[in-house]
Amino acid sequence: MTLELRNVIKRVGADTHIHETRVRFAETGFNILLGTTLAGKTTLLELMAGLTPPSAGEIWFDGKNVTGVPVQKRNVSMVYQQFINYPNLTVYENIASPLRVAGLARAGIDNRVRRIAELLRLTPLLARRPAELSGGQQQRTALARALVKDADLVLLDEPLANLDFKLREELRDELPKLFADRRCTVVFATSDPVEALLLGGHTATIHAGRITQFGPTPEVYRQPADLLTAQIFSHPPINIAPIVKAGDAMVVSDAVRWPAPAALRRLSDGPYVLGIRPHHVSPLRNGHQAAQIEGRVQIAELSGSESVIHFAHGKLSWVSHSPGVHPIEVGGTTRFYVETERCLYFTADGARIGA
Amino acid sequence: MARIALDGLRHSYLPQPQRPEDWALKQLDLEWADGGAYALLGPSGCGKTTLLNIISGLVRPSEGRVLFDGVDLTDVPTDKRRIAQVFQFPVVYDTMTVYDNLAFPLRNRGIAEPEIKAKVHEIARMLDLDSALARRAAGLTADGKQKISLGRGLVRSDVNVIMFDEPLTVIDPHLKWQLRSKLKELHQRTRRTMIYVTHDQTEALTFADKVVVMHDGTVVQVGSPVDLFERPQHTFVGHFIGSPGMNVLPCEVHDGTALFAGHRLPVQNPPKQPLNGQRLEIGVRPEFVTLAPEGLPVRIAKVSDGGRYRVVEALHDSQRIKLLVDEDASLPADTAHLRFDPGHTRLYADGWLVS
Amino acid sequence: MGKTENQKAWFFVLPVFVLVAFNALIPLMAVVNYSVQETFGNNVFFFEGLKWFEEVLHSDRFHASLLRQLAFTGTILAIEVPLGVAIALSMPRRGPWVSVCLVLMALPLLIPWNVVGAMWNIFALPDIGLLGRMLNGLGFNYNYTQQPFSAWATLIAMDVWHWTSLVVLLAYAGLSAIPDAYYQAAKIDGASSWAVLRHIQLPKMKRVLTIAILLRFMDSFNIYTEPFVLTGGGPGNTTTLLSIDLVKMALGQFDLGRAAAMSIVYFLIILLLSWIFYAAMTREEGRS
Repeated sequence: MTLELRNVIKRVGADTHIHETRVRFAETGFNILLGTTLAGKTTLLELMAGLTPPSAGEIWFDGKNVTGVPVQKRNVSMVYQQFINYPNLTVYENIASPLRVAGLARAGIDNRVRRIAELLRLTPLLARRPAELSGGQQQRTALARALVKDADLVLLDEPLANLDFKLREELRDELPKLFADRRCTVVFATSDPVEALLLGGHTATIHAGRITQFGPTPEVYRQPADLLTAQIFSHPPINIAPIVKAGDAMVVSDAVRWPAPAALRRLSDGPYVLGIRPHHVSPLRNGHQAAQIEGRVQIAELSGSESVIHFAHGKLSWVSHSPGVHPIEVGGTTRFYVETERCLYFTADGARIGA
Repeated sequence: MARIALDGLRHSYLPQPQRPEDWALKQLDLEWADGGAYALLGPSGCGKTTLLNIISGLVRPSEGRVLFDGVDLTDVPTDKRRIAQVFQFPVVYDTMTVYDNLAFPLRNRGIAEPEIKAKVHEIARMLDLDSALARRAAGLTADGKQKISLGRGLVRSDVNVIMFDEPLTVIDPHLKWQLRSKLKELHQRTRRTMIYVTHDQTEALTFADKVVVMHDGTVVQVGSPVDLFERPQHTFVGHFIGSPGMNVLPCEVHDGTALFAGHRLPVQNPPKQPLNGQRLEIGVRPEFVTLAPEGLPVRIAKVSDGGRYRVVEALHDSQRIKLLVDEDASLPADTAHLRFDPGHTRLYADGWLVS
Repeated sequence: MGKTENQKAWFFVLPVFVLVAFNALIPLMAVVNYSVQETFGNNVFFFEGLKWFEEVLHSDRFHASLLRQLAFTGTILAIEVPLGVAIALSMPRRGPWVSVCLVLMALPLLIPWNVVGAMWNIFALPDIGLLGRMLNGLGFNYNYTQQPFSAWATLIAMDVWHWTSLVVLLAYAGLSAIPDAYYQAAKIDGASSWAVLRHIQLPKMKRVLTIAILLRFMDSFNIYTEPFVLTGGGPGNTTTLLSIDLVKMALGQFDLGRAAAMSIVYFLIILLLSWIFYAAMTREEGRS
C-alpha cells in the first residue's frame, strides 16, 4: 500500500511548519524520517495519520485521496516516544483494546492478543499493569497494541528514544523482523543517524520543515544530494572545510593538498566545500589512499574500543573517529590520514558535486 | 577536592530487609582517587542512582560508611558535603539571568561580588555561555540549561566532587555529542573529581578513566574502558558494554580445550582445574570474529549497515553469532566460515571469567 | 472535507448557548433596559437616558460602598494569599498525613455560604457565642452588632476562615508539581530556605497563585450572603459592601433604575479590575 504526499504544506498561523513536500513512500521496509528535534518529523506523522489537515496539497493512500479523512476512519496505528498505555488495564487488556473497539468476537481477540504477545515476548507479563513493567516492556506493550489491529499504516514517533541503551539496541533489532511479513506501510521517525542506518529501508532527511532527500537509506547516507543532508545524516557530525580547486589539486591549506578526483577535473578552479566523515579521518594509515593533515589535539575521547579525537588544523576544527584505542597527548601535534576517495565535495551553495 | 571511599556500603529501602533481593545495593567497597573521572554504568534499577544519592547525602545507607579524604561523612547532610550535582532534567532558577544562576552558589556562601564576577566570567567562557550571561535562564535550550547546572558546580572552588545523573537524557543526539565532548574537555582542564551515572556505555566509556559496572545492586567489574572492552570479568559486562555486545556461546570443556557444537575453539584462558557442574560459556566480541577461509561453518542471516562498519548476523544451527566487518569489505552470499581471535576468546563459568 | 466535522461540533455547543442566553444574556439585557428608564410601578416606564449612571457615579453612598468593598477585598487578599501559601508550605509533602491535611483544609469550602454566616453569627455573639464570650472575658470590648471595628474584624475573620483553604489547596497543588531535583540542587547550592521560597517555590507557584488571586478577588468583590447573614451591613452602614447596598436599593427601596445602573457599573468595575490583575500577573510570562 502506498502512501504519498502530493505538494503538502502545513502552516500554523504565520509560520510554515512543513514547506511544500512531495514524496512517495516505500511499500516495504521502513521509511525513516531523520532530523533533529523540531525539524518537522512529528508534524509530518500527524499529517499522514490525519490528526491534522494539510493547509494545501493532498495525501493519497492505497490509490485513494484521504486528505481530510479523520484518523478514526483510517486504519492507522501510532506509537509515541512516551510509553502510552492505559494505566488501569492489564497488558492483555491494553493489547486487546483496539480489537474491542473494532468489535471483534471474544475468541478472535484472545487468539490475536496471544499471538502478538508471543511475538513481542510479553506472554509472561499479560496479567500485569503498565506501572509494574520496565520501560522496555511498556514500549513493547504499546507496540503490540499498534500491531495487533493489522493497520495499513504504522507510524512510529521516536519509539526507542526513551529506552535504556541496551533495550534500544535489542528492540531496534527486533522491529524490522516484526514487520517483515506484514502488508503495511511503516514510517519511523528518529533523530539518531545510526539508528536510521541500522534499520535500513528508505530514509527521508528533514531540516526545518523540508525533506532534503529521500531514497534508499545507504544511498542517502553515502551519496547525499547536498551538504545539509550529509550533516543531518552523520554521527559524529561530518567534518566540513573550505577547499580550493587549483588545476589538478584540491587544496585545504599550504600543507594539505591532494590530486583532484576525476569527477572534479572538468570543474572550474575556485572555492568549494569539503565534507569528510570522522571515521574517514584516522590517526593510522590503513591502506586507503590518504592525504596527511597535522593537527593539535584538543580533546581525546577514548572508549574501550575506539578513539574520538578532536583536533585543530589552522582555523579548522576536525574530528577523527577510529577503531582501536590510540593514546594521544592532548595539546600535542599529531598526524592524521584523510581518505581522499571518501571525500564529498559541495558547491558554495551546498549542492554535492556529482550528485 | 577529595579522595572518596565507600566502605562496606549496603542499602535497602525496606525497614527490615531479609531476602537478597530486598537490598537495592548489596555489599560495596570502592575507592576513588582525587581528580579522576569515574562512571557508574548499568541498566535501570541496578542501584546506580541509589549509590549516587548515598554519595551526595540524599540517602543514608543502611550499613557502611562514606569517607571523603578519610573523614566519615555518612551522617553529614548534603549541603555540608561540598558536592555539586547535575540532574537528569535541567534545573535552573527560572527567574534569574544566566549570570545570577552561576553566581547563586557563591552568593549563598557570602563571597565578595568582585570575586564572584571574575569567577562567573571565567566559567562562562569555559562553557561558551559568555554571550548568554544577561539572558534569562528560562529561555535557554536544554543543553544550555545543563551547562548552567554544571557551571553552578564549577564556579565553586570548595567542591569535592561533581556528580552527573544521566545528564544527557533530554539532549538531542547531535548536541549530546557536543556536550559529551565538552564535559570531557572540562575534566581535562579542571581536573575535578567527577562521577558520571549513566546507562549509556558510550557516554560512560568516553567520559571516564575508570568505570564501575553495576548489575542487580552489585558491582560486577571496576576497570578502565579498555579492561571492560577487552577483558570483561563477567558475561554481563561483555553483553552490556559494546554495541553489539559480546557473543556468548554455550560450550563444553574436554581435556582443557573448549568445544562449541563439536568445534574446537582455542581460548585465552584454558582452565587449570576441571570445572564440574558449572554452566560453561565462550565469550567473544563481534570485533574479534572474522570471516576466514576455514573455521566454524555458518549461514549468513542478516547484514545491517552501520555506516562505518556492517553488522553481520551469522547462524550456526540456531546459535546466533554477530561480527563486524569493514564498510567496504566483500561478503560471501550465503555460507561462510568464522575465525575467533584466540587472544580475545574467553571461557566463562557460571557467568564469571575463568581464571 | 475538514469543514463538515467542525460544523457537527456546533450542535454539541448549542445547548450551552441556549442556557447561557437564558441565565445570563437575557437578564443582563433586562438590567440594561431598566438602567435607562424610570418607573413608578404599574408597568409604566419613562426613558431617562444616562441619568441613573450619572447619579450613581456621583453619589456619596456609592463611593462609600465602593471604598468599603475595596478595603474589604484588599484586606482579605493581603491576609489569605500569604497565609494560604504559608500553610501550603508547612503541609507534609508525602505520607499518610497528606490526605488528612487535605480533607481538613477542604472542610470550610464544603459548607454552604449562608450556613457560614449563621455559624459565625452565633459563634461571635457577645453574650452567648463562644468567641464573643471569650474575647469579652479576656478584657476586649467586643460586640460586632454595635461596634464597627468588631464587625469588620469578624467579617474578615469569617472570610479568612472560609476561603484561605482555597488558596492553600491551589498553592499545595503548585508545590507538589515541583520536582525533587530542584530542592536537591538548591541544597547543593547552599541556598537558604528564604532563597528556595523566592527562587524556586514562588516562581513555580506563579500560575496557580494567579488563578487563586483572581478567584479570590472576584469572589470577594461579589460577596453577599455571609455579611448579609452576619451583620446585614451594620452597625449603621459600616459593613455595607457593594452587593449589600445594591440589594438594599433594588429590593428595599424598589429603586429599580438606579439599582440597575449600579449593577452595570459594579459589573464593569469587576471586569476592569480582573483584567488589570490578570494582565499585570501574566505580563512577565509574555516577555520570556
